[in-house]
Amino acid sequence: MSDISDIRMQVMWNRLISVVEEQALTLLRTAFSTSVRESGDLSAGVFDPRGQMLAQAVTGTPGHVNTMAEAVLHFMNEIPRDTMFEGDTYVTNDPWLGTGHLHDITMVSPSFLNGELVAFFACTAHVVDVGGRGFGADAKSVYEEGIQIPIMKFAEKGKVNLDLVRILRANVREPNQVVGDFYSLAACNEVGHRRLVDMMKEIGLSSLDGLGDFIFSRTRDAMLERIKALPKGSWSNELVTDGYDAPVKLVAKVSVRDDHVEVDFTGTDPMSRWGINCPIIYSKAYACYALKCVVAPDIPNNAASLAFFTVTSPVNILNAVRPAPVALRHIFGHMVPDLVLGAISQAMPGKILAEGAGALWNIHISVRPVAGGQGRRAEVLMFNSGGMGARPGIDGLSATAFPSGVHTMPIEATEHTGPIVIWRKELRPDSGGDGEFRGGLGQVIEIAAIEGHEFDFSAMFDRVNHPAHGRNGGEPGVAGVVKLDDGTQMRPKGWQHVPAGRRLILELPGGGGYGDPAKRSVEARANDQSKEYISENGK
Amino acid sequence: MTSRTDDIRLGADIGGTFTDIALDLRGKLFSTKVLTNYAAPEQAILDGIVVVTRDAGISAAEIGIIIHGTTLATNALIERRGAKTALVTTEGFRDVIEMRTENRFEQYDLNLQLPTPLIPREHRFTVKGRIGAEGQELRPLDEAALEEIAGRIAAGGFGSVAIGFIHAYTNPAHERRAREILSRKLSIPISISAEVSPQMREFERFNTVCANAYVRPQMADYLARFQTRLKEMGAECPVFMIHSGGGLISVETASEFPVRLVESGPAGGAIFAADIARRFGLEKVVSYDMGGTTAKICLIEDFAPRTARTFEVARTYRFCKGSGMPISIPVIEMIEIGAGGGSIAWVDAMGRIQTGPESAGSEPGPACYGRGGKRPAITDADLVLGKLDPDNFAGGAIKLDTAASEQAILRDVGERLSLDAMSTAFGICEVVDENMANAARVHAVENGKNISDNLMIAFGGAAPLHAARLCEKLGIERCIVPKGAGVGSAIGFLKAPFGYEALASKLTRLSRFQPAEVNALLGDLKASAESFVRSGASGSITCEITAFMRYAGQGWEIPVPLPDAPFGEDAVTGLKELFEANYQRFFGRAIEGLDGLEIEIVTWSVKATDIRPDVARHELTSGKRTSNPTTTRAVFDPASGEPQTYGIVERDTLCAGDRVAGPVVIVERETSTVVTTSFDAVIQSDGAILLIRKGSQS
Repeated sequence: MSDISDIRMQVMWNRLISVVEEQALTLLRTAFSTSVRESGDLSAGVFDPRGQMLAQAVTGTPGHVNTMAEAVLHFMNEIPRDTMFEGDTYVTNDPWLGTGHLHDITMVSPSFLNGELVAFFACTAHVVDVGGRGFGADAKSVYEEGIQIPIMKFAEKGKVNLDLVRILRANVREPNQVVGDFYSLAACNEVGHRRLVDMMKEIGLSSLDGLGDFIFSRTRDAMLERIKALPKGSWSNELVTDGYDAPVKLVAKVSVRDDHVEVDFTGTDPMSRWGINCPIIYSKAYACYALKCVVAPDIPNNAASLAFFTVTSPVNILNAVRPAPVALRHIFGHMVPDLVLGAISQAMPGKILAEGAGALWNIHISVRPVAGGQGRRAEVLMFNSGGMGARPGIDGLSATAFPSGVHTMPIEATEHTGPIVIWRKELRPDSGGDGEFRGGLGQVIEIAAIEGHEFDFSAMFDRVNHPAHGRNGGEPGVAGVVKLDDGTQMRPKGWQHVPAGRRLILELPGGGGYGDPAKRSVEARANDQSKEYISENGK
Repeated sequence: MTSRTDDIRLGADIGGTFTDIALDLRGKLFSTKVLTNYAAPEQAILDGIVVVTRDAGISAAEIGIIIHGTTLATNALIERRGAKTALVTTEGFRDVIEMRTENRFEQYDLNLQLPTPLIPREHRFTVKGRIGAEGQELRPLDEAALEEIAGRIAAGGFGSVAIGFIHAYTNPAHERRAREILSRKLSIPISISAEVSPQMREFERFNTVCANAYVRPQMADYLARFQTRLKEMGAECPVFMIHSGGGLISVETASEFPVRLVESGPAGGAIFAADIARRFGLEKVVSYDMGGTTAKICLIEDFAPRTARTFEVARTYRFCKGSGMPISIPVIEMIEIGAGGGSIAWVDAMGRIQTGPESAGSEPGPACYGRGGKRPAITDADLVLGKLDPDNFAGGAIKLDTAASEQAILRDVGERLSLDAMSTAFGICEVVDENMANAARVHAVENGKNISDNLMIAFGGAAPLHAARLCEKLGIERCIVPKGAGVGSAIGFLKAPFGYEALASKLTRLSRFQPAEVNALLGDLKASAESFVRSGASGSITCEITAFMRYAGQGWEIPVPLPDAPFGEDAVTGLKELFEANYQRFFGRAIEGLDGLEIEIVTWSVKATDIRPDVARHELTSGKRTSNPTTTRAVFDPASGEPQTYGIVERDTLCAGDRVAGPVVIVERETSTVVTTSFDAVIQSDGAILLIRKGSQS
């Protein structure tokens, strides 16, 4: 009965998703960098021997979705099949072959069953340091941004490439954390491999071909049905962001065809001299993420679901080419969903949320004792989120990462990593754009070094000069502010100094409102006031 | 008039649908199920006590001890029916419980709603004062401001107060001082985070102290009322509460720390399974408890369920991880998924069958109950496949309507997939079984275990129907379906030790390990844990010491069990070896060759328990006499994918040592045990059914 075999296929598909989930959990549990273990800046997936992604872990962040999906093909091009062995693990941090910047380490491991190559496992994680100038916008080219690891073997037949480990140790500021994370990445692929082999032996499979066909054909049918239901045509949108020293304009045209959706970034500003450029692989990841939220939020990520989206662009800041500096590629990458959703909102009026804070407000802090003093040096990384745009029918989420899928770090954990004190981390009243539905609030963060210490920080902030737009009559969110407690204004990007005794104050942007503010209900306004989301002297 | 004796013990478990009562009269068991009474929960217990004491022929006055567990605290959190609660917290951190992790637990849902914080923003007060990461005071507590806050709380009609300050787990001085000042003006209960949950990570700790304060007035009232009513009916015996970690605490402690009662029912189930494991000398067991709404899976090693330090209650979004509220207290670690007899089956966009987490509950119930339920539930699929006897369900109390099941299954699932009713029902069961199997596998991996090495103990109404298939999927060779499976948790309560786990977060690097300091800390923890146990037990006490350790720089710790002995000067070498051995067990290989990579201890735990008398050991028997079923029924066989002739046997007709070959269904009052083609069933000396995979060594 063919129907029964369909059910068996479906059960195996679930099982495969569970295998990659185990793979991701292993990475979370063993990782060293706070970016991975507290914040979940990672991804994990399984691929067929042709390099097509079969399933991806739910745990993880959208920025790695498409990037990792394509990365495996690059590994296959670089490492001939006859030099692949059981127990191998391959590695790269090439921004153009991996996930857009040097801080993301991607590892791929072939999975063999009875001597036959049956699958690849891949995973990516953001490590705390890769040497160079440190995590920031100030490099002039990728060569200044840190160590570059071309696609190579991290381990061959189970034996780790110790020369690579030594070079790595000599090049990064936190060698134990970084090398520890390399081992965690390799271990997580190994767990995936072991579970897959268990599954195949138990079911009696010698290859994943049949299962892959089933997954891809089911996904394709479901995607086609969704795309058919969309209005057809082309819509354009542009979005202006802060940039480094001058505003940067992003442009997208979204075209919905009968059987696929195209996004083109023609018209976007050229590459920057600063490390805020974005390789196309990362721009594409977030374009696909935005489309998928609208078209097929419930359909799993795999090669077939992603194949319905094509992304093109001439060389520009969303399609930066080597050797452009790209360390902060996430800032414009995180703006791509607002850019793409703005185009789609014209095709689907009344359905799409307002713009939000977009890019995470990541801050890298280098803290040290004041000259001649006693104390401790440390590198501290924090991920923080502003407000999300209001949705048609619901207020925006406050202080919530969107489009990124990461968590913030507990401040009690952050204060253990270095001699700093977070004096404030709470909602920022009056920052959400007014509307029938209010934009999400940003947050206020105050950071100081512990007595006897001072710090430098790398600013990676946007929406300081260009707040999030509202939609459908909603007002814009309130822009971000970067300053010291004595009122000194700081720049939204680049390394800057905070002297001992001073506090750095970050006011994160709010989301845009949705709909005419006059239509906001009396109850909603009363609630805003009683909860002090809107202060007495607020708007 | 007869007086109470210690060998008459009563367990009472208030669940979502039923209140279960189990009475142990010198080894003989009497049990009953009563519908849970939401208005007066104690009434259902009293009604149940009347039934079991009558059956046992004793008076309530003769009961020697009552052990009680309840979902009331959990329900109050889920349904938000707690007290009006104020949170007093560190200035700058008013929104910790609202901002959560700043993450969306479902990344593709643009209309996602996050759970509402337990305490709304207008009820959260902030005060100056700050402790640093090392426990040092960075800024003194603003006592004048606290006086003013006390006035506002007094005027605001609050019923309870929670205090949560940053880094209070390492230095509770400010929290204690704040409580002192507030209590001068307030007569309502005050909970502080350093006592309720002394663990790092502010979101989890604050949320836990808020949850405690939130349910505290209600639980204290209920417990006081319950004790009064018991006395009125003549039961003067001591009452103890089961806590989420599976031990017993006094009613007074429970009234002060009611958050520790959350999930006490499922904890009872795990203890029930642990007791069976001990009785048969089974060192590696996975318990599988499947009821009406959820399935719970728990690993039991060396006769003790695994414990954890944090879990999540009140998940709001399809049981999705991250959609509930975190509670950081010692808890029996189990995985709970939305897979029960009442879970609804449906079809997703890819034409894939999905089950749960929505449940038909008891009202309207699955379609086959004939009580107005129209959507297909797991029980409907079980019925269509022939696993259930429609005329003999729940002791014949409900006659099941197979046609209604078929209709519901076809309409909601089968017709969309062009499948007949039988194949659809098979698909539904396969999917729910696979979901449970995946959850069990992931749970085992997170604990560094291989699931197939375990023996399964299955209980709860729906588990025996699915256990054999689940074992096939997990590669498990043996499964026990115990007697009394229907009231497993209440029986488990009777087996619970008096136990308490005291925790302290104190970051200690092995390179800076000071034996004297650590010995003093452990001494304090031990004293505090033992005093809790002393409140209920007079015998000797054993202590388990655990260090939660990691490589410096990692964020997650693994538990490393340590001997209960003071550390000497050379303790570091031993600690390092123990850590590396445990790390390897969890993650495959320890990290080697990293110069200067430090190992650190994050949290210390001392678990004190009274020493239980050894239970009578039974050997598992593989049976000799072969019993042949007299009647048969067509049951869909999952392995072959078509209906086969299954034998039907009444459990009551089988004796210890009888062996029945699968495929067969063993039927009894509360449930049916499905023995698939690949298993045989053997009746054990205590009446339990043991499923053994054909051809296995055991």
